[in-house]
Amino acid sequence: MKDYEIVIVGGGPAGLAAALSAKEAGCDSVVILERDSVLGGILNQCIHNGFGLHTFKEELTGPEYAARYIDRVLEAGIDYKTDTMVMDIAPDKTVTAMNRTDGMFTIHAKAVVLAMGCRERPRGALNIPGYRPAGIYSAGTAQRLVNIEGFMPGREVVILGSGDIGLIMARRMTFEGAHVQCVAELMPYSGGLKRNIVQCLNDYDIPLLLSHTVVDIDGKDRVRGVTIAEVDEKNKPIPGTEVCYPCDTLLLSTGLIPENELSREAGVEMHPVTGGPTVNESFETSLEGVFACGNVLHVHDLVDYVSEEAVRAGAHAAAYCLGNVRASRKEDTITVRATGGARYTVPSTVQCDRLGDLLTIRFRVGAVYKDAYVSVYLGDERVTHLKKRVIAPGEMEQVILKKEQLTAHEGLKEITVTIENE
Amino acid sequence: MEKRELTCIGCPMGCTVTVEMNGGQIVNVTGNTCKIGDTYARKEVTNPTRIVTSTVIVEGAPMTRLPVKTAADVPKSDIFRVMDVINHTRAKAPVRIGDVIIENVADTGVDVIATRNIA
Repeated sequence: MKDYEIVIVGGGPAGLAAALSAKEAGCDSVVILERDSVLGGILNQCIHNGFGLHTFKEELTGPEYAARYIDRVLEAGIDYKTDTMVMDIAPDKTVTAMNRTDGMFTIHAKAVVLAMGCRERPRGALNIPGYRPAGIYSAGTAQRLVNIEGFMPGREVVILGSGDIGLIMARRMTFEGAHVQCVAELMPYSGGLKRNIVQCLNDYDIPLLLSHTVVDIDGKDRVRGVTIAEVDEKNKPIPGTEVCYPCDTLLLSTGLIPENELSREAGVEMHPVTGGPTVNESFETSLEGVFACGNVLHVHDLVDYVSEEAVRAGAHAAAYCLGNVRASRKEDTITVRATGGARYTVPSTVQCDRLGDLLTIRFRVGAVYKDAYVSVYLGDERVTHLKKRVIAPGEMEQVILKKEQLTAHEGLKEITVTIENE
Repeated sequence: MEKRELTCIGCPMGCTVTVEMNGGQIVNVTGNTCKIGDTYARKEVTNPTRIVTSTVIVEGAPMTRLPVKTAADVPKSDIFRVMDVINHTRAKAPVRIGDVIIENVADTGVDVIATRNIA
């Protein structure tokens, strides 16, 4: 097997953008390894529109957004292998993969970009009582069945969880003639984007039941109904509030989990909140020369941000291969800390001299805040104090700092991102 | 003066836009952070429209479904008539993104176009 300098694991939006960026940054030896039979990743089944407004200033569907990058990857002559499963990434960046034509093979890479995306939280992780009949699908599985395979999972539908895929599928199933009775959400707020609640639920009079969950699934061979109850502040079902919804299908849209089996095996340090690797300003993990971007790093709402982060990860991977980066030094490391409502930040650490002109810090909050401020402290000094009408867990937030702000602060050890009421 | 609060669906930002109306006339639009929000709010209170995305059966291809969309937004009240035509349409590979699959769908004056390249 031919050796490559950069191996990109995953050919979805993150992997495609990282590959292009690495090539443009001067590395000619790049390969994308993709498990599916085509490039594009999950975008291929996201046939709805709303992608690319930030990147292309127009509203594209998922397959159209993917095609823009796939076309460029083909034009650039970047090598890729589909139907190829990466089995292992060793700490020395030896990548072991296999497919039907090459069998098992290894690539001795100088740099690896992790771009494996994420998976859906399955029923088994939710502790819902009841039988295990047919008719229970994760929303993404249903999306693949309807949009790629052309099968309808059912006719009378209840959706648990208000993640974006669940909301999108509520509309999609309605378009195809199904009746979506309701979307039940355990939390007192939705996990999806506001726009999706408007255009996927409100448009079709589908009720969103906040602070509700499924407490029983009825049916032995096929789902016959689900029981939904209201929950208290501790998320415990309130007795007497149970309502039975006769249905043949239950869709689960209860969260996405970065898919990091390979990263863990490689010994990459993981972030306890995101479920993805901890990275520095260059999107480099705790293993030198191993980078991460896209949903494998932290779950995004917008593919535009995935592409943007991947561009940087790819460029840094190329710079690393070309020997244009100095190794990270512990004594120069600035820690980025999330506190007071902010749950995590990407990146987790910053080394000023490896930074471009700007530092973008992305984060999520743990609850809904109204008329609150996003604040950033450099040491003890508050440098950002941004008023927001609403800050919600379902929407990723960002703050942008200038490099000069950081370098002006001599001996800076810590950047703090926090939510303040005033 | 009547006030309506909308969530803009122009992009995933989801800005909260307030439309002030006086006897059916739009007096003021506030809260939007770009022009899309202004256009959306004005349309939403007078003639709400949506882009419809779906799939049609495709023949002679490695896959069975071709994703499609309306080339422009159609009135909300026409969505299910549009879906009905889409569900009775078959396409033939090869197809390129932007190829017209249905002309003037359900007499809306809008074409349905392919959103995926299929060789």
